[in-house]
Amino acid sequence: MSEAITYPGARRPDRRRTVDSHGLAIAVHEWGDEADPPLLMAHGGFDFAGTFDVFAPMLAAAGFRVVSWDHRGHGDSQHAALYNWEADLRDAVAVFDSVTFDAVPVIGHSKGGSLMLQLADALPHRVSHLINLDGLPSRRSFPDISDHQRTKLMAKELTAWLDHRRSLVDAQRKPGTIEELADRRALMNPRLPVEWLRYLVTIGAREDPDGWRWKIDPTLRFGGFGPWRPEWSMMRLPDIGVPVLAVLGTAPDPMGWATPEADVLSHLPPAGRLVMLQDVGHFVHIERPREVADLVLGVVA
Amino acid sequence: MTPVWLQHNKVRLALHEMRAGAGRPLLHLHGLAERTPSEVPAHLAGWPGPVWGLDLSGHGASDVAAGAGYFCEALMGDVDIAIAHLGPVTIYGRGLGAYVGLLVAGGRAEEVRGAILADGPGLAGGGPSPSSPSVPSAVGPPPPGGTPDPWALYELTRDVRPPDYAATFARQASTRSGLDTAIAVVGVNRPPWLEGVAAEPGVIECTLEDAIQLFARS
Repeated sequence: MSEAITYPGARRPDRRRTVDSHGLAIAVHEWGDEADPPLLMAHGGFDFAGTFDVFAPMLAAAGFRVVSWDHRGHGDSQHAALYNWEADLRDAVAVFDSVTFDAVPVIGHSKGGSLMLQLADALPHRVSHLINLDGLPSRRSFPDISDHQRTKLMAKELTAWLDHRRSLVDAQRKPGTIEELADRRALMNPRLPVEWLRYLVTIGAREDPDGWRWKIDPTLRFGGFGPWRPEWSMMRLPDIGVPVLAVLGTAPDPMGWATPEADVLSHLPPAGRLVMLQDVGHFVHIERPREVADLVLGVVA
Repeated sequence: MTPVWLQHNKVRLALHEMRAGAGRPLLHLHGLAERTPSEVPAHLAGWPGPVWGLDLSGHGASDVAAGAGYFCEALMGDVDIAIAHLGPVTIYGRGLGAYVGLLVAGGRAEEVRGAILADGPGLAGGGPSPSSPSVPSAVGPPPPGGTPDPWALYELTRDVRPPDYAATFARQASTRSGLDTAIAVVGVNRPPWLEGVAAEPGVIECTLEDAIQLFARS
């Protein structure tokens, strides 16, 4: 085995368990005293709960039982045959059910932020505070292209996606060294320190005889197509009746939404607050964990 | 008769040879909660070549997807796996199968030689825009044999089908198939997505008999 890689301030969860979500095993991770009030936290797409290893202990130290989980197909959760938004929501509720049926503070980053926004809209009795970390996709941030260009792009994407689906049986992710996997991740996370990315490899990847492989289901891929529109997420925001904190990074980042401030402000509910962080990218809780933790504690403490 | 078993990721699919023959196959796609019929329906008997039918994921003899997560683009992938086995086909889709047939006609335009979109269960899906959000904790128990998967029925009646999104697939089929007519709408009902498709160039509205004759020649 390779020697353990550490990262300043990072702490692995205090407890790990599994929740059954309609036949699928979802890996749950907890930081903090089990008797403390719970706070639920959802990671972004292609991430895993271990990406909260610096941020979650800060909230745990402030007196919360921080509960997160690996989305289906991500981290240590079971790989599914199929993935969709509704299934991710059901998995989230299965985790909530394993903790409490009371309303609790909920934090979500990126895809996790959009998921938790929909959960708060669908099940408002389960959410006491909603914190969204750079997870508010906006229609205005998507480029406007001609129909002709769109048709060409879509043809390419459709063919690539169907070819990918044909090749899935026994598919595996590409093996490599810790450094190679960290370098690959850096393409999508260019603002994050390489030491952090190497640390993440030791959690989000497994060591096989021929090298390290990210644990994420090889059937999942970036990009794609579908009927989903970014504004379908933002349209949920005005519905929320509990305190809302939205934190957006303003620096360009490949995984970010580049959501304009005005688009959030126009949808913010009465009990909502928006904080725009300057010189911070998409991973606000990783680039500025202390600052973001203090913002969160200012809302939920 | 034993189906041909095909693998789409973790799901084993059942592809049924409903009638042997020479020439390009007609591929039958059933509606929501249906399965491939045991015999070629009388209204498809005029197809001159072989007739095959695919049980979509969570339906008929095909596997249930553990933990669900059904969406129509994945079912398009099911059909594409069948096309990889059969070669170029003409598609006849009922209800859900009509929508999936449209998707694959756009996605594999060179290999789908016409798609016939007919009425049937699951035609409308979840409508053109998202409805009020909900998160069910359970659905009814699966029937003996496991299919149709109750989660498939739940999810595939909530999937959003915007008309302009559906029209994009009709456009793909028209521009990339090389066919003058790539899609024939033969049903009576016109949910918004199908209204959008019917208005596209390269799409005709006609009788089933005319559609079969047209695509048999093309």
